[in-house]
Amino acid sequence: MSGRLARLFVRGLPLVWLVLFFLVPFAVTLKISFSSPATAQPPYLPVIDWQGGLEGWREFLEALDFQNYRMIAEDALYRDAALSSLGYAGLATAILALIGTPTAYAMARASARWQPILVALVIVPFWTSFLIRVYAWIAILKPEGLLNGALMKLGLIASPLPILDSPYGVLIGLTYAYLPFMVLPLYAVMSRLDPTLLEAAADLGAGRRRAFFTLTLPLALPGLAAGALLCFIPMVGEFIIPDLLGGSDTLMLGRVLWSEFFSNRDWPLASAVAVLLLILIVGPVVLFREAELRREEAAEGRGR
Amino acid sequence: MSAFARTALTLALAFLYAPILVLVIYSFNDSKLVTVWGGFSTRWYAVLFADGPLIAAALVSLKVALLSAAIAGVLGTLAALALDRHGRFRGRGAYTGLLYAPMVMPEVITGLSLLLLFVGIGLDRGVSTIVIAHATFATGFVAVVVGARLKGLDRSLEEAAADLGASSMRVFFGITLPLIAPSVAAGFLLAFTLSLDDLVIASFVSGPGATTLPMRLYSQVRLGVNPEINAASTLMIATVGLVVLMASWLTARRGQGG
Repeated sequence: MSGRLARLFVRGLPLVWLVLFFLVPFAVTLKISFSSPATAQPPYLPVIDWQGGLEGWREFLEALDFQNYRMIAEDALYRDAALSSLGYAGLATAILALIGTPTAYAMARASARWQPILVALVIVPFWTSFLIRVYAWIAILKPEGLLNGALMKLGLIASPLPILDSPYGVLIGLTYAYLPFMVLPLYAVMSRLDPTLLEAAADLGAGRRRAFFTLTLPLALPGLAAGALLCFIPMVGEFIIPDLLGGSDTLMLGRVLWSEFFSNRDWPLASAVAVLLLILIVGPVVLFREAELRREEAAEGRGR
Repeated sequence: MSAFARTALTLALAFLYAPILVLVIYSFNDSKLVTVWGGFSTRWYAVLFADGPLIAAALVSLKVALLSAAIAGVLGTLAALALDRHGRFRGRGAYTGLLYAPMVMPEVITGLSLLLLFVGIGLDRGVSTIVIAHATFATGFVAVVVGARLKGLDRSLEEAAADLGASSMRVFFGITLPLIAPSVAAGFLLAFTLSLDDLVIASFVSGPGATTLPMRLYSQVRLGVNPEINAASTLMIATVGLVVLMASWLTARRGQGG
């Protein structure tokens, strides 16, 4: 009996915490996204009247409406922000795949003594403050910054390029900040590939390049998918990077949500933007889970 | 390894470290202009240590990080145990999803929705609400670190203890916990640095009087590059570097100890 109680405690305590502080808040956000802003405390209407009983509930439900979603659908600002969030995140994920694949491949092919060191080198920036690492790029990218200074000294450009406060600044920032998230899952898969497969390919006369494209890359696809997901989802809702490295016209949903909340104090509209953001990222997650399940089933089928 | 892959790796590492290096070097710059080198100086560190509000914010951050990492350490360890030891229990997939979702969830969503909850239940916003929020998103990270250790654990010691009549409580506190302790500590340190680092979630759920270090730094960063921030960043990087060294030493010890 005490064993069963202990199991209940072990499994239940994290569950209760996460339901209370992760799931319930989403329900609250969903509810408030159907409310209207008000100059009150809290700054939205309606508020449930707990004393009103069933009648209070009915009044509460009747006061809810879709006006925030209508606004999101009709105002081009939100549509543009949603599209450009997806665009930035998609493009940055593609760039990350191009940089991350050869990097992870080189790590997986390095000698056993070097591999843990290389892994640590990739992880350390992830432990270092995100804000500080993004901030560091300001000094590099500004018009009078180090990059423009170096390019001008080399005579490659005549006048400074406006990289900071432009879409390029945002893309550089996204690529930089999320590189470890792409490299590590790819490395995890590539380092576990059976080396005898590569030897067999070499024996059969396949060159290094051919072996990479017909063997390593297809087998590393699950790692690539995991890395893409780990980068894409947080990037869609990214706030710090577009805020510090993008121009005032760089639209991303995370930034729109932030300004609706902090500048306009429109909590219901900010909630509706959060719901929209959530809908955008649920799609890729579902696709990934399905691919994962299919692969597991295929693997089990082969094992039998 | 082909020359191409080797070059890619070198470039990627340079890309990862160059900005950090620039930041550290320019924190010792005598000039007030961040991009012009005016000679070596530690004056910005002196300015930093005389900055009362910044130090106050750092102390708030330390407090939040310690408390939230302690909670996440317990919750994450329990969750990792549940996933490793409870077999294919009902709702295991949903449980895993709930545990790992906060790790990738955009911070603006987590922050906003937690704030709305706190306002809805009438909880006063301040240090305590930031602690709850940080513990929530760090739990999954602790579970990953501890789970990896549990997976590689040799179960024969636990089985032997159970065969000799030790209760399951006694097996856990006498055998399992000491064996996974290094990974629990590493998970705690990871949760600690994640909390120290967070700007977005803290901005949403904090209240008057609870300004964390990233919140303070952000309000200054918005005004432009400033050498005092470089000095503060260098100190934070040095701190985190030490923590990482400690964590990797803790996890490396399993090779000898376990």
